[in-house]
Amino acid sequence: MNGPHDMGGMHAFGAINPEPEETEPLFHEPWERKALALTLACGALGQWSIDEARSVRESLDPALYTSSSYYRKWIEALTRQVVEKGLLTSEELETATVRQMPEPDSYRVLSAEAVDKVYSAGGPTSMDIDNAPLFQVGDLVLARNMNPVGHTRIPRYVRGHVGEIVLWHGGHVFADDSAKGIRRGEHLYTVQFMARDLWGPEAAAQDSVMVDLWEPYLEAP
Amino acid sequence: MAHDHHGDEMTEPPSEMALRVQALESLLVEKGLVDPKALDVIVDRYENRVGPRNGAHVVARAWTDPDYLERLRANATAAIGELDYTGRQGEHMVVVENGPKVHHLVVCTLCSCYPWPVLGLPPAWYKSSPYRSRAVIDPRGVMAEFGTVLDEDVEVKVWDSTSEVRFLVLPERPEGTEGWTMEQLIPLVSRNSMIGVEKARPASGATA
Repeated sequence: MNGPHDMGGMHAFGAINPEPEETEPLFHEPWERKALALTLACGALGQWSIDEARSVRESLDPALYTSSSYYRKWIEALTRQVVEKGLLTSEELETATVRQMPEPDSYRVLSAEAVDKVYSAGGPTSMDIDNAPLFQVGDLVLARNMNPVGHTRIPRYVRGHVGEIVLWHGGHVFADDSAKGIRRGEHLYTVQFMARDLWGPEAAAQDSVMVDLWEPYLEAP
Repeated sequence: MAHDHHGDEMTEPPSEMALRVQALESLLVEKGLVDPKALDVIVDRYENRVGPRNGAHVVARAWTDPDYLERLRANATAAIGELDYTGRQGEHMVVVENGPKVHHLVVCTLCSCYPWPVLGLPPAWYKSSPYRSRAVIDPRGVMAEFGTVLDEDVEVKVWDSTSEVRFLVLPERPEGTEGWTMEQLIPLVSRNSMIGVEKARPASGATA
């Protein structure tokens, strides 16, 4: 979706003002620790994919999205997800009282003992797919002019531009479908776009931007 | 933000966000959907055990072991896995090498994708709107904010992490470090140099 999250190339957000690496705390408020851990632990319940989680964050009201800290966005999205998936009810959230316990063993809950094993293993998104790749490294491709209402990972700033395939990653879970709960693979490529093609003559001639794009985002130029 | 208020944190009333997170946690724990001890282990893992020292180890190894560098080029996920840095947000790694005439910079314009097993959780600026919006359109201006000014003829390559592939920048080995051991080199490898906003620390600035 053409949401507030798709901010590559936007102006007006101002200076970065990075905190020094040596002194920046990992969390800036104590509650951010719990925001991280709750988001991961709820994700581990397996009720939604990472793409569904991203989709919910992107669907936040643009004013809320751009004015919220990173972990606030996570909490706003998590609160919606636990209700949408029936883990909590709106009434339970409003009253801070549990009304109905889940059926025993209906969820695979992440235990303390399993944390390191689960996160050290991770969740690869590579997938074997039957069809051969349409493109090869070195091919020129056009990033389609597409504006899907749902989740997508083709940033607006590359749509309609021609780039060159520089890496082929094989089949990977296609984010657009994964956000709808459908896990299937498409060929994934890294496409190099020259900065001048994207941004105009003020960009340095030799500079470029690499973007990972799935095959359905691409066509022959 | 924490540094906006200078009062004693312990005596301030909890913020709205703190209360909301606490309420969410209480409900999820009471319903048996979240193990409170698991929350503590998750925080400990990413606050104390998985961080940019891992990536610095990878870089220093690549600087000192040509065979390892070759394996890193051929299959970064496997080569990084040799050092036991594996898992969530690092399942599919690509290493990009800086040199005298090419400089790589990593961003995630759409969210906050970042190679957790080698760099830990991203710093606040990496997740901020200014960095996400500007890194692709004005990478040289962004780097200048970090004190990094490249020659005009250097090729700048920005990697926008739009898939589950994660990128680690292999910074240039600083001059004057010939013969240094891996242990001497690791402190030169800043987190920011592995994102690409800075170069590795100079030999003269070594603190170890």
